[in-house]
Amino acid sequence: MYSALQSALDPALVALFSALVLGCAGIPGLFLRKPGTGQIISVTATLLAALAGVPAALQLLFSNTTTTYLLQWNLPFGPCELVIDPLSAFFLIPVFLVSAAGSLFAVGYWPAVEHPATERGLTFFYGLLASSMAILLTARNGVFFIMVWEIMALSAYFLLVTEHEREEVRRAGIVYLIATHIGTAALFVYFSLLAAQSGSFQLPAAGSLSALSPFAAIMVLAAFTGFGAKAGIMPFHTWLPSAHANAPSHVSALMSGVMLKMGLYGIFRTLTFFHDPPLLWGAVLTACGITSALLGIVFAVAQRDMKRLLACSSIENIGIITTGLGVALLGVSSHNNTLVYLGMAGALLHILNHSFFKPLLFLGSGVIIHASGTREMNLMGGLGKAMPRVAALFLVGTVAICGIPPLNGFISEFLLYLGFFKQLKGHSLTALVFLAPLLALVGGLAVVAFTKLYSSVFLGTPRSSAAAHPHEAGMTMLVPMAFFALLCLLIGIAPQQALRLVSPAITAWYPLLLSTSVAAEYETVLGRLSLAALLLLSAAVVVALLWRWRLGKMAVSSASTWGCGYQRGTARMQYNGTSFSELAVSVFDGIMRQRIERPGLTGLFPGGSRCSDRPTETLLERIITPLFAGTGMLFGFLHRLQHGLMHFYMLYIFATLFILMLWAN
Amino acid sequence: MFSLADQILVLVLLINFISLGTSRLIFSIRAVAVQGVLLGILPGLMHPFSWHLVAITVVIIAVKGFVIPLLLSRAVRSAEIKREFEPFLGYVPTLLLGAVFTALSFGFAGKLPMLPDHQNYMFVPASIATLMTGFLVLTTRRKAISQVIGYLVLENGIFIFGLLLAEAMPIMVEAGALLDLLVGTFVMGIVINQIRREFSSLDTSLLTSLKEE
Repeated sequence: MYSALQSALDPALVALFSALVLGCAGIPGLFLRKPGTGQIISVTATLLAALAGVPAALQLLFSNTTTTYLLQWNLPFGPCELVIDPLSAFFLIPVFLVSAAGSLFAVGYWPAVEHPATERGLTFFYGLLASSMAILLTARNGVFFIMVWEIMALSAYFLLVTEHEREEVRRAGIVYLIATHIGTAALFVYFSLLAAQSGSFQLPAAGSLSALSPFAAIMVLAAFTGFGAKAGIMPFHTWLPSAHANAPSHVSALMSGVMLKMGLYGIFRTLTFFHDPPLLWGAVLTACGITSALLGIVFAVAQRDMKRLLACSSIENIGIITTGLGVALLGVSSHNNTLVYLGMAGALLHILNHSFFKPLLFLGSGVIIHASGTREMNLMGGLGKAMPRVAALFLVGTVAICGIPPLNGFISEFLLYLGFFKQLKGHSLTALVFLAPLLALVGGLAVVAFTKLYSSVFLGTPRSSAAAHPHEAGMTMLVPMAFFALLCLLIGIAPQQALRLVSPAITAWYPLLLSTSVAAEYETVLGRLSLAALLLLSAAVVVALLWRWRLGKMAVSSASTWGCGYQRGTARMQYNGTSFSELAVSVFDGIMRQRIERPGLTGLFPGGSRCSDRPTETLLERIITPLFAGTGMLFGFLHRLQHGLMHFYMLYIFATLFILMLWAN
Repeated sequence: MFSLADQILVLVLLINFISLGTSRLIFSIRAVAVQGVLLGILPGLMHPFSWHLVAITVVIIAVKGFVIPLLLSRAVRSAEIKREFEPFLGYVPTLLLGAVFTALSFGFAGKLPMLPDHQNYMFVPASIATLMTGFLVLTTRRKAISQVIGYLVLENGIFIFGLLLAEAMPIMVEAGALLDLLVGTFVMGIVINQIRREFSSLDTSLLTSLKEE
């Protein structure tokens, strides 16, 4: 009896079961006629799954064990193992947290009563996406991995095209579908080569492959392409902004907060297969990472669409994580344990952090769009007065994402800076120090981007009539946001605890670190940081109290924000987002441009005129779009084969079969 | 018992020619139904008795021999089509082609590297010939119902091959039966009804107007 109970409470089994529950949560809703009941069932199931899944994942992480299950399947691809090691367990945490929070948010954001046509599918695929991601983390058979990977990619597609009656959404869907399938094609190459090398589709054991064979380079390149396309690392990022901007907000939160990380997980996992990776791999990852970070944030600064801005900042954050991973890999190649530890700790912690503050911001954007009816930042303004709670929570998110203490974004970037500066005294790889100013530039631009976002949405006076009558969000929308804000603050003021969360995953990735004392050393460093954060926080509270006390004593007169003392100022005199970011973007003119069409003013009393701007990505316009257009032209003749005559399609199959038979003879 | 199986397979091959040569849809449906029943008997001849086998045989005969043909003939009646007019290729040429392909499949099967137990039986050639017949019906006929008949014949061909391959019979055979259901529900329900609603005709060559420009 006791042992049965014990095995039922085995954390790995609980985690797997919770993952399955996530996937089934949306099914009852498909068959219930009355709208709403299905959504409530789904939310309850998802929350329960997360309540069981998160402690189970934490337990697996801290107990530092690896649990293996064998899935009985009758397919000819070898045994299908489900393995949860600390690295998988670490990635499971955001899957459960974000999917549960997003599902609760959906009750207020996408209520079944208002969206009877789309809510069922949305709820179902949302659960399927979350579940497939959780199972993906445990898959250790190449074929099974690809299967789950495709379920994940396709359910994300169906979520993305929820509002498919809009042309823009359909376009974003097609772009996403093409990008994800290019990635999958690369993964086919990767897993086939892997199977050819190791003899079975079973993923190889850690460190079992040589990194020096010519196949290894091709494999890693294919893996990097396939997983990088999902993660949105720089050359493969083009699908990301439009996809995130056009999905419903809680879906964007799940996609940006968790799905991109699945691409990163793939890269992390792939790198464990090889021993002694050459320096080049780490260098490529670092270079791609820092480029994504820098260009991603430049794109973000130039955006007018709030969700596009957030999506571009996801590219930036993925870039920072990839940089950390690249640095860690350089450390592995040069046998520098401190570098491995700091790079990995920075990368993994940033994964966790990004999966807290980015969903917070995306959920916040959902509330804002709900209230103001637009995604255009230049049409908003003054929302902070009407929705103070959302404004406060959103502020926490923006401060965290900019990497400002005492919130969590600072901690992970701090670890990376520590890694860079450590090299100053090192004998090799001194050039890594130059990454520090680049990362600082990224941080600075992030401040510009998010100041633009926050101030043009929440501060000032409303710029359009739609933004003039917003309403505060309901509890189901505020609670998930508050939850993420709390997590951001907790990691910010207790970073040493967060580091203990990350450590098992690091040692799972690089077991040689087990025997060193690096972890303990940096825990004490972050302990001191925690004191500083508490000090800063209490100082902020004291200042705020003093300010209120002073305010209470004086007479207060109210005027419109940024009214500049004019008697009859109008909302249109305010700075808007475009004018705020114009200078910052103009520096990066070759990469990103805010095309501003200015009116020509003549005479003393010029007539009415218009000024508009359009953010354009040079890389996309000059290289990628022509490339795809050219490919389209080149393969135009294939269009003639697709004429719609079903009989001829049959004939194609028939002819193929016939030729194969003759060939076999 | 294998010689009895061979005789049944000869019947199956003859039915192929019926489905190729007749223009009357109801007759063609009945022929395919008989073919289904014959195929349902085959696993019973090849494997030792078990209740599982009985269940499979009953299900296959019920689905292939009765359910799908009934659904099809109902569709024929409700669409008020009796014959397949103007096929892309006339009946005599298709019959001749069918004969050629059957001969070719015997030739091809002879050259396949097979297990010695299977060498002398007709399973492989019959399977390939039925497959080819299905393809011929699919490519040459215009009406959606003829297309469904084509799919059924094609699937019967695959089923025969599956009988041979599946030492551990269940999965393959059951999957075959499931595929029948798939054809029955999807192709029939969706294609036929949608085509009729959209074009007020069952001519599948009209589907070209769905083409994306």
